Amino acid sequence: MSSPSSQSRKRDPPTPVSEDPLSPPSQRSRAHDTSTELQPMPTSPAMDTAAQDVSLFSSPMAPRSVLQSEVDASSPLMYGTPSSRVEGTPRSGIRGTPARQRADLGSVRKAPQVDMHSEPPSGDAVAGSEQGAGQRLVIWGTDVNVGTCKEKFQRFLQQFTDPNSREEENAGLDLNEPLYMQKLDEISVVGEPVLNVNCSHIQTFDADLYRQLICYPQEVIPTFDMAVNELFFDRFPDSVLEHQIQVRPYSALKTRNMRALNPEDIDQLITISGMVIRTSQLIPEMQEAFFRCQVCAFNTRVEVDRGRIAEPAVCRNCNTTHSMALVHNRSAFSDKQMIKLQESPEDMPAGQTPHTTVVYAHNDLVDKVQPGDRINITGIYRAAPMRLNPRQSQVKSVYKTHIDVIHFRKTDEKRLHGLDEDGEQKLFTKERVAMLKELAAKPDVYERLSSALAPSIYEHEDIKKGILLQLFGGTRKDFTQTGRGNFRAEINILLCGDPGTSKSQLLQYVYNLVPRGQYTSGKGSSAVGLTAYVMKDPETRQLVLQTGALVLSDNGICCIDEFDKMSDNTRSVLHEVMEQQTLSIAKAGIICQLNARTSVLAAANPVESQWNPKKTTIENIQLPHTLLSRFDLIFLMLDPQDEAYDRRLAHHLVSLYYQSEEQIEEEYLDMAMLKDYIAFARTSVHPRLSEEASQALIEAYVDMRKIGSGRGMVSAYPRQLESLIRLAEAHAKVRFSSKVESIDVEEAKRLHREALKQSATDPRTGFVDISILTTGMSATARKRKEEVAQALIKLIQSKGKTPAMKYQQLFDDLRGQSEAAITKDMFDEALRALADEDYLTVTGKTVRLL
Amino acid sequence: MPTVHDWINNPLAVVDGLFAQSNSSPDWEKKVVEYFKEKLKLNDAHTWVPSLNDVPLYYLKPNSLVKFRCMVQDMFDPEFFMGVYETNDLTSNSKVRTSKYKQLDFLYQQVDFNSRNTVTSERQTFYCVPIPGESQWNSYAGTSQARVVPSTSYVPNRHKRSYEEDYEMDTHSAESHGNTEPKRQETEAPSHDSSSVHCTSSLDLNFPLPGEKGPACLVKVYEDWDSFKLNDMLEVFGILSVDPALSVIADEREASSLLDHTEVTETVEEQRVHSPPASLVPRLHMLYAQPLVHNNPLLPSSAPESNDLCSVLGELASVRAELHTYLTHVLMGDSLAAEYLILHLISNVYSRRDVLPLGKFTLNLSGCPHSSPYTEHLYKVIQQLVPSSYWLCMCLHNMNNQRMVPWKDYTANRLVSGTLQLANNTSLFLDETQLEQGQLDATGVRNITALGNLISWQKVDYDFNYHQMEFPCNINVLIASEGRSLLPSDSQVHLRPTLNPPNLEEYLSAVQVAQVPSQFNKYRIYLSVARALNYTISDEITTAVEDDFVEMRKDDPQSMSAEDLHRLLVVARLLSLSHGQNTLSRDGWMKAKQLEALRISRTQQQKSVSGNEP
Repeated sequence: MSSPSSQSRKRDPPTPVSEDPLSPPSQRSRAHDTSTELQPMPTSPAMDTAAQDVSLFSSPMAPRSVLQSEVDASSPLMYGTPSSRVEGTPRSGIRGTPARQRADLGSVRKAPQVDMHSEPPSGDAVAGSEQGAGQRLVIWGTDVNVGTCKEKFQRFLQQFTDPNSREEENAGLDLNEPLYMQKLDEISVVGEPVLNVNCSHIQTFDADLYRQLICYPQEVIPTFDMAVNELFFDRFPDSVLEHQIQVRPYSALKTRNMRALNPEDIDQLITISGMVIRTSQLIPEMQEAFFRCQVCAFNTRVEVDRGRIAEPAVCRNCNTTHSMALVHNRSAFSDKQMIKLQESPEDMPAGQTPHTTVVYAHNDLVDKVQPGDRINITGIYRAAPMRLNPRQSQVKSVYKTHIDVIHFRKTDEKRLHGLDEDGEQKLFTKERVAMLKELAAKPDVYERLSSALAPSIYEHEDIKKGILLQLFGGTRKDFTQTGRGNFRAEINILLCGDPGTSKSQLLQYVYNLVPRGQYTSGKGSSAVGLTAYVMKDPETRQLVLQTGALVLSDNGICCIDEFDKMSDNTRSVLHEVMEQQTLSIAKAGIICQLNARTSVLAAANPVESQWNPKKTTIENIQLPHTLLSRFDLIFLMLDPQDEAYDRRLAHHLVSLYYQSEEQIEEEYLDMAMLKDYIAFARTSVHPRLSEEASQALIEAYVDMRKIGSGRGMVSAYPRQLESLIRLAEAHAKVRFSSKVESIDVEEAKRLHREALKQSATDPRTGFVDISILTTGMSATARKRKEEVAQALIKLIQSKGKTPAMKYQQLFDDLRGQSEAAITKDMFDEALRALADEDYLTVTGKTVRLL
Repeated sequence: MPTVHDWINNPLAVVDGLFAQSNSSPDWEKKVVEYFKEKLKLNDAHTWVPSLNDVPLYYLKPNSLVKFRCMVQDMFDPEFFMGVYETNDLTSNSKVRTSKYKQLDFLYQQVDFNSRNTVTSERQTFYCVPIPGESQWNSYAGTSQARVVPSTSYVPNRHKRSYEEDYEMDTHSAESHGNTEPKRQETEAPSHDSSSVHCTSSLDLNFPLPGEKGPACLVKVYEDWDSFKLNDMLEVFGILSVDPALSVIADEREASSLLDHTEVTETVEEQRVHSPPASLVPRLHMLYAQPLVHNNPLLPSSAPESNDLCSVLGELASVRAELHTYLTHVLMGDSLAAEYLILHLISNVYSRRDVLPLGKFTLNLSGCPHSSPYTEHLYKVIQQLVPSSYWLCMCLHNMNNQRMVPWKDYTANRLVSGTLQLANNTSLFLDETQLEQGQLDATGVRNITALGNLISWQKVDYDFNYHQMEFPCNINVLIASEGRSLLPSDSQVHLRPTLNPPNLEEYLSAVQVAQVPSQFNKYRIYLSVARALNYTISDEITTAVEDDFVEMRKDDPQSMSAEDLHRLLVVARLLSLSHGQNTLSRDGWMKAKQLEALRISRTQQQKSVSGNEP
């Protein structure tokens, strides 16, 4: 129950006028009205029939004359009998539980209302109602027979099982038992009188019932309500519910994109997806006005009809004219909220602007969604003529459309609670899945996919393979129990190299390929732009947290161009994101930790515009090693400078300019296929290490460690092992394999080695030296530094006991003494090292011994 | 039999007639569209149709056929309406009617809502603005063609009444006829100065560029609306509707909105945007729309066909030479820069390969004098040559305050336009010489990023608050700067004047005057035609180019990167097109190489001279 006012009870139908004036307002009826053209509260014939039908099946029923009274019209969903208001006594059973009007089904039909109890106006309007036989009776204007419909639905509830269910709502339920009976059990325990029914279940169970539900939701859903309540109170006669159970169907298979809605869908059950862009304040809508005579204190109630109140001119009790005054806080109101829904960007054809639709939420669905939420809504599509002026009945020829929502389903809800991966519920048709699987079965799928990646960029096969693995990502592991927290599954990649080697283009391509990608440039982004910032919402004047690129690309890829141009301040944000995958924020009183499980694909240019092969990676791009060590793969994109390559490159480029689109299409997998392939693998393949693969990984790691140990340096850290595991898992995902096998490990090893060879080779020795990346300095460089310091000490000692020396003099002396060239930097560094050892201090231009 | 003036002046009678004939079979709409298409095809009939662009709104007859050359600025939500309805008047003669192509807003109670004949139809509304940045010469040329029409449309205001009996009009509009006379006086009084009306009105007509004039229009589209895209250039033929009652409604409703809960679906802002006064934003019920490939009125508006162009191609070489000389003069004797300027002016994104736009050629003209108004004059020259253009001064104030990227205003539910919402092949002239010292704030940085994206990827990311949406575009960007521009560019040419006229302004105006107007027209046609030519590369040339590339790389791999080859291929393409050649010849390739070599050597010299260039 979201709001107090939704606690509504049914008023005693036969005695509408004599409502006890002392009863609290909350006990009064809250009928719900939705549209301007409302009939005096849902008097859809369906309801009457429904009520009448009850009389046919369940015994105690008021005589028809009562039903036909104006009161009946006000409570069409009154399954109960006049005795439904049993104040003070323990409520139980179907009759004790108050029914609650369903504003979402409120009638706006313009069709002439045929009262089933009066004589049918013309022959064809009501099929077979004359017979009065329950079996032949249908609701006017439809082919729905209430009895059959109810029976079918009860059978559905009792029998339907879905052994292959993957819905998270069904977690913890026995899949071989009737699904909805278990849900009824749940209702009896939890006490939330709402039964969500998946329409696709109904469809598999009974296609005809499904068709009726879609076409005549306004008639069929109340029937379902009735059916489920009978069933429920049969089973749990003693349970106490706030109101009778309401059935909320969802995901009508005829799910439409907002663009596809057309006049044919009016008054049908539809499911559309979109994003909430605006929610209105709660609108209290008057359902029933309460009037009191100023003279004799006589009370009367007036139903709100089409948004207007027929004010009683004469008091019925004392016959005074114009004595009735409206008493606001005794009138009945219902909750209503207007929600604007915008087409989600994925559904839109290129080059068009998104459509919006107005949605009305009623009662407890009010305030269920916030602007920015991605939701699927199921509801009834309505159209009402626009009125020119509320005081006149003239209408325009244009209709206003809206959707009365029955069921909300947030599509991105789960992302907040981790453990997801299938956040985007991308549905694939069976054929598509078969096609993807067929592709996966091909032995060269890995090569195929990598060559399909950014076909306009030439060669760089290993880099494309690396990025491909990044797109698939590893398997997410949770070690929270053992205190280690989540293991990162995302693969981070850094591309560095000469300008003009189409790094940015590659980034752009990746950004366009993944559904949740972000593209930023290091030059233009600030720390807050990447993380989150607090701003004042112009509408509510409240502080709200606006998320930045890293948070927005949760579960996607954040592409950062010109990584080297980023300020240190900004870059430091990335430390947490790239290993812990979270973002901690403490600003303007908002302290929180956001998930940022994003892969980072960064591109950096060398400091001296051209890559200097004589320098290490760190020296070339001047990035802190703490950050570099967080990248799983660091690739260099250099000009290979070899003739055969040039020729192929030239051919490739020239063909870009003259080949037609179709020719290109033939050569490569298209982008849509690649997208689907990745989405499918990410959602449905979760490979685990096999025994054999773990052995191979251990060996690989030990080997890596061994290489360095011979030369007295560390050549691999646990981080490298983790990288290897991630890469191997990603490769298994590419194959749609649920097990990581040794070929995956082989490829991971190869790719890792290739990347290392490029980025961690010590230019002085030619060896691969991992410490370049982890400590920022190669082992030889470190050794060299020590040597200079030693030489300096020697020099100073040889000078005897001079407490102070000229800086420049010392530098020149050292240069003269040493065989190797000593740069000023090296000299400074040596001085600093000695200063750290408290051997000397440097003040300005003099060096003092301590 | 309807004569020409009947279907132009009273198209609704035609619509109603066809509807009545068809006995409400559903394909009557097709017949209507066909009918008007046919009529428009016949002996240049479309030139007789008055154009909203040229004729002021108050001269146009309501419910007549008009045309409108425009760009789709925003797309509103589709609306449902009673396409076919039945009326019961007091004599109980029921009659089936259609409300298509009409702004029929009053239906009275005699409408039978429950009639079986009622058909609910759907239509889409586009908010259209005149093509942004259209040059003066462009609209003049348009007027000359439609010159006949205004004279005829002066009169009909008087005839109006007689026509009105023919088509469906209800009591309310009849009421308004009663006081037509005073009303007209009212509207005519301020309309002498139509620009002031537009400026002073509180209504923001949402033009992409500041200072634009002209009518914005709500175009109601009845079919195939999916085929239109945002920023498309269209020539819409439709029925004009300027019922003053439309705006009255808005006022009334505002007053009563407090009382009425059920009307909350639209905010006041939204109403103001979606149903603005019809006198400012007329409604146009589209019968037929022709997508425009270019907006050069000197050429047939459909895609130029090859036989059409033969005549142009014949004298293409001479026109090109003349244009080159002219531009050389304008660029103070710099013939290389003039050559590049021609290439730039005919560049066009002809295809996209994944994210890479092919064919764009952003030119950075560096070395423009800082303080003199030279850049302004240069822009005026370009404005004279291209159908639409915009001069964007990159001064700090502009960068920090302008909202260049269009964004969605959810309160008013519309796409608020920005400077970068431009139609295809608009020339965007960025004047970087105006950039002074100071700090760019957040907006400024965003604007620079947007400009950078525009240049590199030919796309603009529209801001939809919760997400961004990418809209591809095709805009020719020319950057005039002192040194190298801070924005990326495909090619940079440093201006090297050989002439040094003592008085720049006098010199430039002298150059301008020396050109005969007819010559300008030739240039304009030349540029549009050259841009639209097809282009191929033969296999033979492909291998030659490849060989050449390998050879160049052998000598000095630094001098020739993949990017250089990209550029060279674009230059070769544009150079061939500018000479009217459909394929790349060996000769053309060599020329392109020479041109590039010249340009690069100049840039390098410039670098060594100034020294502080990056």
